[in-house]
Amino acid sequence: MKTWMRGDGPRAALLSLLLLALLLGVWHLATVGTAAPAAAPAATNLTPEQIEYLKLMGKDPAAEAGPVARSGFPTLAQMGQVMWQHLQSPFYDNGPNDKGLGLQLLHSLSRVALGYLLAAAVAIPLGFVIGMSPLLYRALDPFIQVLKPISPLAWMPLALYTIKDSSVSGIFVIFICSLWPMLINTAFGVASVRRDWLNVARTLEVSPLRRAFEVILPAAAPTILTGMRISMGIAWLVIVAAEMLVGGTGIGYFVWNEWNNLSLPNVIVAILVIGVVGMALDLMFARLQKAVTYAD
Amino acid sequence: MSTFDPYDADRPLRLSCRCGQHTSDAEHAAAELRTRSEEPGFVERSNAFIEATLVKALFPQDAVRRNFLRAVGRRTAQAAIASVLPVGALSSLQAAAQQAVGPLEKKDLKIGFIPITCATPLIMAHPLGFYSKQGLNVEVVKTAGWALIRDKMLNREYDATHFLSPMPLAISLGLGSTATPMRVATIQNTNGQAITLASKHKDKRDAKLWKGFKFAVPFEYSMHNFLLRYYVAEAGLNPDTDIQIRVVPPPEMVANLRAGNIDGFLGPDPFNQRAVFEEVGFIHVLTRDLWDGHPCCAFGTSQAFIQQNPNTFIALYRAVLTAAAMAREARNRELIAKVISPQAYLNQPETVVAQVLTGRFADGLGYVRNVPQRADFDPMPWQSMAVWMLTQLKRWGYIKGDVNYKQIAEQVFLLTDARKQMAALGQKPPAGSAYPKFTIMGKVFDPEKAAAYADSFAIKRVAS
Repeated sequence: MKTWMRGDGPRAALLSLLLLALLLGVWHLATVGTAAPAAAPAATNLTPEQIEYLKLMGKDPAAEAGPVARSGFPTLAQMGQVMWQHLQSPFYDNGPNDKGLGLQLLHSLSRVALGYLLAAAVAIPLGFVIGMSPLLYRALDPFIQVLKPISPLAWMPLALYTIKDSSVSGIFVIFICSLWPMLINTAFGVASVRRDWLNVARTLEVSPLRRAFEVILPAAAPTILTGMRISMGIAWLVIVAAEMLVGGTGIGYFVWNEWNNLSLPNVIVAILVIGVVGMALDLMFARLQKAVTYAD
Repeated sequence: MSTFDPYDADRPLRLSCRCGQHTSDAEHAAAELRTRSEEPGFVERSNAFIEATLVKALFPQDAVRRNFLRAVGRRTAQAAIASVLPVGALSSLQAAAQQAVGPLEKKDLKIGFIPITCATPLIMAHPLGFYSKQGLNVEVVKTAGWALIRDKMLNREYDATHFLSPMPLAISLGLGSTATPMRVATIQNTNGQAITLASKHKDKRDAKLWKGFKFAVPFEYSMHNFLLRYYVAEAGLNPDTDIQIRVVPPPEMVANLRAGNIDGFLGPDPFNQRAVFEEVGFIHVLTRDLWDGHPCCAFGTSQAFIQQNPNTFIALYRAVLTAAAMAREARNRELIAKVISPQAYLNQPETVVAQVLTGRFADGLGYVRNVPQRADFDPMPWQSMAVWMLTQLKRWGYIKGDVNYKQIAEQVFLLTDARKQMAALGQKPPAGSAYPKFTIMGKVFDPEKAAAYADSFAIKRVAS
């Protein structure tokens, strides 16, 4: 993965920066262009009612041109300002409906962690068993194939109805969506351990437990971790949507709440944060994956 | 709350509030309202108001109340009331409105709300400290939609909530949920809704031209749905076949209107005003002009909660009614807008909320309109309102078969069944002649002839 970076590293970084600058430049030009024409007519020839109307509409009748296209796409300057505000106090807490971005993130992350760990605790042992037994593999396959493609959010109404607790339902949805990739990959990894190694273990009369932990697990680890990495990616995608549905806390709720207010700058900040955190989670698993990879 | 300190290096000298003692304008407004709520005049008015509402809730028909008191005497009446509410031990209902009623069974409460101006009393009671004054530690929780409110009430995650007033009827009847007895303690607000149309329809002010339009309402079991259906049916359109009605959570209505997914909505404020503010729509008609004084949202809880926590319920009831008394006074409206606009509550521009509450607003067509009655907060849970809602549920096929209108209305919209009490005491209750009549778009609704009324419309859905 890193080989291409060696020779082209600096040039690729430069290109990335150029692309970023281009993107920001286009953004700037596009938004500055729309802000200017929203000019109010000169205040002098307005009736008092018209002036009041403009004020009620949130415009300053005295101003020559409306400086802020309120409903339009935010300009870069507005974005920077909003982002700076969030960075200044990410952990403020003004009661249940108004928390800082950092706190919301922590809520989402803890939900993901809990659902994900539960899923791992179920999927990996189960996958192990399925992978070692061709009979079980075949028997459970139809169930897995049917349950796997179900959008995790489709479980939400059912979860709310049966679990009767919205935050547990959120965790359940994370659980159910991270379960399948881990389960399938574990089973696949375990099932496709090289016959030679198993035969060697058998010749040496290794106990079944030892065989599982010292032969199969290391051999299947890269595949299992690939499954875990995919699961984490999906869990992070789903948590945002789940929190928008259930509300209360979390980064998804933050997006929903700012959408209520049609506050695009805040929504964009949240989108960026979601992206960065998702990348960090993925990098973490990439590191882990590298640690267990072996050369044949 | 910090004091004004010009030598504090960490604070700008000009704070964002006028008097300089509060960190924000909203806090300043909250403090001012708190002071007003402690003025003797207000305390008196509010107590009288709560007492009247309590009595009204207990005896929706004044004739019943008077006959009842005359017939059984004060003491027996109190005993009868005490069988349902823990006010019997007190010397009077006035006392119930003022004094502590006994140990609170539950102090930490969660109350759900949808971020709309309908919830004003229930929201403002929080920053103004009306809940804590009653010894309650209330958390008001913003909720993403009405279905979630229903689920969280059924789950008992919320102790009490902001409801659409037809919701407790529907939930009690088991429409769209498992049947669970819910109760309306007070109506939360009256009027305060509007039909908003997308700006491109400025020339289609006549509902007859709306064939094929897509409209949004907040929930199926809502006054919004009933009023929109009523309105288009009066124009000769069948709401089930000529237009499309979809359920959209109020906060998402403006975004959908801008995106062109819908042509208009009959929704709660501040989203009508927000659509105007965003220049994506205009206010076609206020619901006040369809039915002046119509109920919209309610404050309610489950029958089980009232039975298990009667003292807590009374305390909660008082807090919300105090807030309603305050919200009804026009002079408080601008300050209330400041208090409930911030992020923790409605999360809306203050001017939008202020236009809704004061009734001086831009209509999206270039005019400033002045309708002080645009939104009001009359808490009386008239049973005839419930009967009207039931007739509409029947009219549009949500309820099949015969409906015992009054029985359901009295179960859900009443704290005690005065009639049953009277019958038990050997009194003949007057044949319910005091359900007030309403006029909706020029047609008089007589709750005594509910079944005939539900049948009288040319456009309706015939239950198959």
